[in-house]
Amino acid sequence: MANEITQGIETPAIKFRRESDVDPKEISRRKVLGFLGWGAFWTTMAASLAGTGKFMFPAVTYEPSPIFKAGLPKDYTAGVSTRFLSGKQVWIINDGTIIYALIAICTHLGCTPDWLLNENKFKCNCHGSGYYMSGVNFEGPTPRAMERAAISVGADGEIVIDKSKKFIYEKGEWDKPDSSIKAV
Amino acid sequence: MYSFKNFLDILTTPDNVPILLLIAMIVAYTWISFHKAFDNDKRLAQGRPVWEGEPHNQEKVHTWPHLLNIEFIVSIIAMAGLTLWSTFLNAPLEDPANNSVTPNPSKAPWYFLGLQEMLVYFDPWIAGVVLPGIIVVGLIAIPYIDTNPKGNGYYSWRDRRFAIGVFLFGWFLWMALIIEGTILRGPGWNFFMPGEYWDVHKQVALVNINFSELLNIDPKTFWLARELPAIIILGLYFTITPFLVAKFNKKFYEDLGLVRYGVTIMLLLLLVGLPVKMILRLTINLKYILVTPWFNI
Repeated sequence: MANEITQGIETPAIKFRRESDVDPKEISRRKVLGFLGWGAFWTTMAASLAGTGKFMFPAVTYEPSPIFKAGLPKDYTAGVSTRFLSGKQVWIINDGTIIYALIAICTHLGCTPDWLLNENKFKCNCHGSGYYMSGVNFEGPTPRAMERAAISVGADGEIVIDKSKKFIYEKGEWDKPDSSIKAV
Repeated sequence: MYSFKNFLDILTTPDNVPILLLIAMIVAYTWISFHKAFDNDKRLAQGRPVWEGEPHNQEKVHTWPHLLNIEFIVSIIAMAGLTLWSTFLNAPLEDPANNSVTPNPSKAPWYFLGLQEMLVYFDPWIAGVVLPGIIVVGLIAIPYIDTNPKGNGYYSWRDRRFAIGVFLFGWFLWMALIIEGTILRGPGWNFFMPGEYWDVHKQVALVNINFSELLNIDPKTFWLARELPAIIILGLYFTITPFLVAKFNKKFYEDLGLVRYGVTIMLLLLLVGLPVKMILRLTINLKYILVTPWFNI
């Protein structure tokens, strides 16, 4: 159809090839693009299938056992021991009559407080919460006391601490037998 | 204890340089916009068109090259500035994270320091989730609750006193919290005056008590009975104030309509409540007004 724009311009005859005209051995443009297209499709499918299959083998990092031995009760003289702070994140505290293991996690937002010997208190660096040596909170925004871990004396006389069992002051659990041992 | 060098050391820590820029920008942008706003207010009072409405400011030009040229040059300057900045001030990288060691002081990135400061006064659920959520939703809601058509396309203080005033209050409050968290909070998140040595062993009596304890109510009482006075006070704050404001400023209420007024006044009361609680903590050591088994206010 010639209109005023195409008038006078000769249209070259385009010859479309039918599929039957193509030599099967010829590497045509259609074959290359089809290979690339389907290749991309199936690669994506295979990769996502492999990704799903990977969930069958979870990349678990096994944490060290929450139960550990912490030496003899007579090793702990009165005061706060930071011996197991790095690694186990507990303080072992001898207050003169009992020994207990305080879990070094601030109950406000989970930072690790510092033991300040001169001030005789735990002080959290993040928002300024403060705790007595017993673990009971007295200053700053924290809502409750730090938690104590289960502590007992094993058959060999060594202290055994189980961090998976926690004792919460507000529930009156610090009176329970496993929450502390007698100081020697 | 006090020395200018201490202050300078804190100001020039690579972490804190953005805060210096921030302070300069707060002053500059507030000054520019108010300068333009007061100029327009004067024009409006005299019955002249606003500066943006003057004929020579109404002329339209093409985006290319007029705008894109400027943007191109600004982006080059910004790139050069960032290159120099990163060359001369090293990123404050520290040791790999360690569960059992919390750096002292422990500070969030500067843009989170306002949140960290809020966490000192409220429990994590309120300061970390509820208030930031309300701030974000409230900012999104501004176009829907502020339908005042005045001030569109020109600076003006006279036409938008309430909107600009409330915004500046919230904005300055947030910036003040960031600046305080950067410059005035030191080890143990204690407050240090400018120039004061950041002593890890500084002793501050932060012993604070709840409202019910202030009234000598036994903490062992059932919480609903123990917190009754607090519930009444907070309830009055959020119910009586809206009625009083609507009664004494009828035009404000009628312009907005019931729903819009309700949303506006609630957001406003929350905004005012934040510094009120902070002042109560700083003056009478009030820990929490309301203590429930789930959250504290």
